[in-house]
Amino acid sequence: MNLKHLISASDLSRDQAIEILDTAKEMAGVSDREVKKLPTLRGKTVVNLFYEDSTRTRVSFEVAEKRLSADVVNVSAKGSSVSKGESLKDTVQTLAAISADVIVMRHGSSGAAHTLANSDWFSGSVINAGDGTHEHPTQALLDAYTLRDRLFASAAGSDLAGVNVAIVGDIAHSRVARSNLILLKTLGAKVHLIAPATLLPGALAKSAESSYFDFDEAIEDLNLDAVMMLRVQSERMHASFFPTESEYSRLWGLNRERLERMGKDVLVMHPGPMNRGLEIDSYCADSPNSTVLDQVRNGVSARMAVLYHLAGTERNI
Amino acid sequence: MSFTLKSVTLSDGKVTNVSIENGLITAVGQQVAGEVIDCSGLIGLPGFVDLHTHLRQPGFEQSETVESGSMAAALGGYTAVHPMANTFPVADNAGVVEQVQRLGEEVGLVEVQPIGAVTVGLEGEQLAELGTMNKSKARVRIFSDDGKCVSDPLLMRRALTYVKTFDGVIAQHAQEPRLTQGAQMNEGAVSAELGLAGWPAVAEESIIARDIMLAELTGSRLHVCHVSTAGSVEQIRLGKARGVKVTAEVTPHHLLLTDELARGYDPVFKVNPPLRTAQDVTALREALIDGTIDIIGTDHAPHPEELKKCEWSAAAFGMLGLETAASIAQLVLIDSGKSSWSRLAEVLSIAPARISGLEHQGQPVEIGQVANLTLINPLVSRTIVDGGVSKSNNQPYVGMQLPGQVVHTIFRGTFTVRDTVLARKA
Repeated sequence: MNLKHLISASDLSRDQAIEILDTAKEMAGVSDREVKKLPTLRGKTVVNLFYEDSTRTRVSFEVAEKRLSADVVNVSAKGSSVSKGESLKDTVQTLAAISADVIVMRHGSSGAAHTLANSDWFSGSVINAGDGTHEHPTQALLDAYTLRDRLFASAAGSDLAGVNVAIVGDIAHSRVARSNLILLKTLGAKVHLIAPATLLPGALAKSAESSYFDFDEAIEDLNLDAVMMLRVQSERMHASFFPTESEYSRLWGLNRERLERMGKDVLVMHPGPMNRGLEIDSYCADSPNSTVLDQVRNGVSARMAVLYHLAGTERNI
Repeated sequence: MSFTLKSVTLSDGKVTNVSIENGLITAVGQQVAGEVIDCSGLIGLPGFVDLHTHLRQPGFEQSETVESGSMAAALGGYTAVHPMANTFPVADNAGVVEQVQRLGEEVGLVEVQPIGAVTVGLEGEQLAELGTMNKSKARVRIFSDDGKCVSDPLLMRRALTYVKTFDGVIAQHAQEPRLTQGAQMNEGAVSAELGLAGWPAVAEESIIARDIMLAELTGSRLHVCHVSTAGSVEQIRLGKARGVKVTAEVTPHHLLLTDELARGYDPVFKVNPPLRTAQDVTALREALIDGTIDIIGTDHAPHPEELKKCEWSAAAFGMLGLETAASIAQLVLIDSGKSSWSRLAEVLSIAPARISGLEHQGQPVEIGQVANLTLINPLVSRTIVDGGVSKSNNQPYVGMQLPGQVVHTIFRGTFTVRDTVLARKA
């Protein structure tokens, strides 16, 4: 695959996305072996450069890198020169100087991974592990993988044609929503957006199959295969995007009653971490419909597949 | 020094000779005197006047100085610039504005007429000593908190009224602060896609609408800096129709560039107010042609590399403009076939000089006037490259082909630029 960086879900063609999902399926087999290791990245140094706190994404990348035999270095904003005000350029050039091969970066500024990939500061591969409110392409890959696995048993070469997915919540500030909107469409799915008007930018609504302010109206209209609930951050409430947590929960939260109206087969997805009782109640989070833990598990496989295609040298799985 | 510019084409199309002696225009017509300089094919205009310049001195000399900014101005055809007050210390008192003006005189490449801050420290809380700055040697007549908006309506009303005492003008940076908290670029389809916090047009338009009402109430002069949206043009059109004393400015970059350029996350395109949409660009061009917008002001805003070669949200707002403004004016007014050299002289020289009350700038090319002149070759086309004379490199037009070239700039009867080459002061 002729791909050096993964910055945006739009970097992937349909065929490339399917190839990564197929590879991820093979990688999932590796994680079930007694010795969970491949030599793909042996001798390569991968740096996880995290400017924002993240447990699950960082751990997921780290496990994926280690299963591919990479030498892994974790750099977090806390306890490094980053917190002393060093520029992105200087930090990255430092990592380049110690011969890092891949940088996996989480950064609070939208476009930071793009800036890094297009700079002359670092010549290796860059993987965007979330940039501000812009994109989180590996999350979209693991979500697509989860959908394909649950709906089509990960049949090799299959896409998501005709699958109806609703993304519900803070679309405006969500990198998960942006990347999923792009990737799921690339794979032929129909993406519907559901959010209060304050959190649903018109430009994104236009690129979706449909958009709704009213969750119940959407449930009535749509025959959904999956509903993806986004985490709601309480600082949005303080900035008047919605009045109270209880009103948000009442109007846009997923609860048992709404789940039952959507039908017994609908998949309940959440990128985590969940606010139980706010955007999702415990009944839904723990129901058999929930894919939350599958998503976490599949995240490792999807990230192994991305690393394999971007930086792998030994191609035997 | 005595010389004659031979066969100059004036803005009305007339071809004539212009003789200059001891700083003054001494003859316009057939006769020649002193050294004869062939200017056939060149357009002779009153020297350009920029009402919106950031020279960064005192305080930010790593970005620009009065000297380097004056050099850039001369190369751009300017004979006068108005440095904004957002220096360190802020130009909110007689001491700083006199210092900046004195630095300008020492460099001697352009007239440097400082703008004073409206409020102490640009903090938007207490009026600066506007009267004292006006009575100082710098004779400040334009006041602006540029970079920040005078958002408090009471303070804006008082400032507008107070400067009537000496026929001053308040130049407003129209930006409602609450509507633009954390804003990074124009709010619209591109910002939604890029995940960058939006700067909505209404944040500019609502302040302009309010300020026009306040100018109407007080009978004072309001100048609107860097108008960037079609809706703002509409507000100004309505205000002018009611007879309000409002003038408006557009930057070269808002006449040419759009928010699509943010897609590469290159902070060279990060500017405040932000680059808007193609529809806004069209409305601004029409307004400049029909007179709704009075002038082009560069908002020349130099920044050092560390504030531009970084991630978008960490970067500073602003771009260079002095050395390219005339080319963009030519593109919009002349090469479009929609306007005239007279209009170009009006928006780059005559109107800004009138708003500022500069006696010897923006005057017609006639006997007895101080010789502040710019001569342009409109037929050449140049590719913009990095590395102008500004101390900074945040040049958004690199690689673009722009029409026209300033060949000579004459300031008080002396060449500051001759044959496109900067003349350093002896």
